[in-house]
Amino acid sequence: MSSVDTSAVDSSAVASSGNVSTKKRSRFDLRIVLPPVLTGGLILGIWYFVSYVILDPKRRFLLKPPHEVWNVGFANGDNFSEMMEGLLATSKTAFWGLLSAILLGFLLAVIMSQAKFVERAIFPYAVVLQAIPILAIVPLIGFWFGYGFMPRVFICVIIALFPIIVNTLFGLLSADQGLHDLLTLHNTGRVTRLRKLMFPAALPAVFAGLRISAGLSVIGAIVGDFYFGQGEVGIGQLLKRYAARLEGEQLLAAVIVSSGLGVLVFTLFGWIANRVVGKWAADARGN
Amino acid sequence: MLVETSATDVSNRGSRGADDVATLTFSNISMRFPDGTEALSDVSFDVSQGEFVTIVGPSGCGKSTLLKIAAGLLDATSGTVDVDRSGIGYVFQDATLMPWRTVRRNVELLAELHGVDKAEREKLASEAIQLVGLNGFENHYPKSLSGGMKMRASLARTLTMKPPVFLFDEPFGAVDEITRERLNEETLRLFEAERFAGLFITHSISEAVFLSTKVYVMSARPGRLVASFDVPFAYPRSPEIRFDPRFAEIAGEVSHALRGAHS
Repeated sequence: MSSVDTSAVDSSAVASSGNVSTKKRSRFDLRIVLPPVLTGGLILGIWYFVSYVILDPKRRFLLKPPHEVWNVGFANGDNFSEMMEGLLATSKTAFWGLLSAILLGFLLAVIMSQAKFVERAIFPYAVVLQAIPILAIVPLIGFWFGYGFMPRVFICVIIALFPIIVNTLFGLLSADQGLHDLLTLHNTGRVTRLRKLMFPAALPAVFAGLRISAGLSVIGAIVGDFYFGQGEVGIGQLLKRYAARLEGEQLLAAVIVSSGLGVLVFTLFGWIANRVVGKWAADARGN
Repeated sequence: MLVETSATDVSNRGSRGADDVATLTFSNISMRFPDGTEALSDVSFDVSQGEFVTIVGPSGCGKSTLLKIAAGLLDATSGTVDVDRSGIGYVFQDATLMPWRTVRRNVELLAELHGVDKAEREKLASEAIQLVGLNGFENHYPKSLSGGMKMRASLARTLTMKPPVFLFDEPFGAVDEITRERLNEETLRLFEAERFAGLFITHSISEAVFLSTKVYVMSARPGRLVASFDVPFAYPRSPEIRFDPRFAEIAGEVSHALRGAHS
């Protein structure tokens, strides 16, 4: 048991907190907390080193030291609330984009799982969707559908859909053949088979897909906002504005905040997965 | 080609009375897969209530195919199977438990599929779990069970339906020898208690002789029945019959026939 737990911690310190708290080990075990803290300290150290030692004072604007980023980006009330409003707008887009992608992706995967013919008909286009260069399609979506809320959600769906389809389909088809035979022996219908066998069997893979897609949807929301450059101001537009004005502190603060949002959804879905399938699955995070 | 050994008393068959009609009958079953593989050739035999028939044969001789045909999972190319499909219990090679269900919920599955109400389901499951000796593990998930315990849970699941026909598809092939012997003894207890018609597939000669009223030897592909042996030991059988000289003698004969079947 403990070996499984340890490997989970090694592979991803962020997502394992849910795992650990259920064990006998205390919640604030130094062996778990210390390594990421050390890494963080090292990164800050390198950052300071670059700002103060490597960069000439005249060129220090290229990488402002951490405390100045803090002072300007986070401690300044106006700047901070501007950024939080942007983050909220971006989160809203990412949320609805992810939700739409989940519903659509799940529906498509279930249909594809029911007939090889349908899978063959749809799958190549799911791959095409994945292969579309998002930078090229975003301006087009702007031309076609305008710069409002729905087109932004649409971009999130395009970018987040593929992992949901693939993982859900893979999960649905991963159900044990012996169990399929058992259900056949007992004259089980299509719907009961889906409900009692294929859905639960798919859950670990579904969650693995959700974690990827959740992060991608956040990126989609930021990229859409960045290229649209108009409408409700999100993190994307702020990034663009700060970069144009060479406001290094705020730019870095915005980068930190947006990656923080990505980490948050990743962790959230890891936690949910652990709660739902952790009791029985070999690896709750489906990795 | 059937080598009938001396007819012997399978005396304990009698509890169902004189109407000794076969519960499961194979008539001239042949099976050829779409890829041209000939799996079975003209197999005919039957199994009656209270009979435990075992088929031993080399790997890939079509033994499992025969069970799948009996259960209706595959259709034979020619020949007929006569059996009431609603009364078939099938024990798979693997335990095939649902990892997301506890032992209890796994054992309840079949009753659930047949719309049995909750109270009755729980009663059936408790009895079956008791019978295979898994009490205390009702709320465990399969991932925390040993191979032998998973197999017991699988047996318990089949037992809830009280099937008059039991098909065993090499169920104990994946567990260690000691566990296998214990599971054999438990299977015997179940047979002695339930008196179903049993059809068992295995590689193991001693398992076959230990459990069965009758042992058939199947040839390499295409599978044909090339020899049959009646096992005279009465039920209930004790584990010690494995050391009986007659046991060794029958096992030797089966082994001999099996070597002939390989060539």
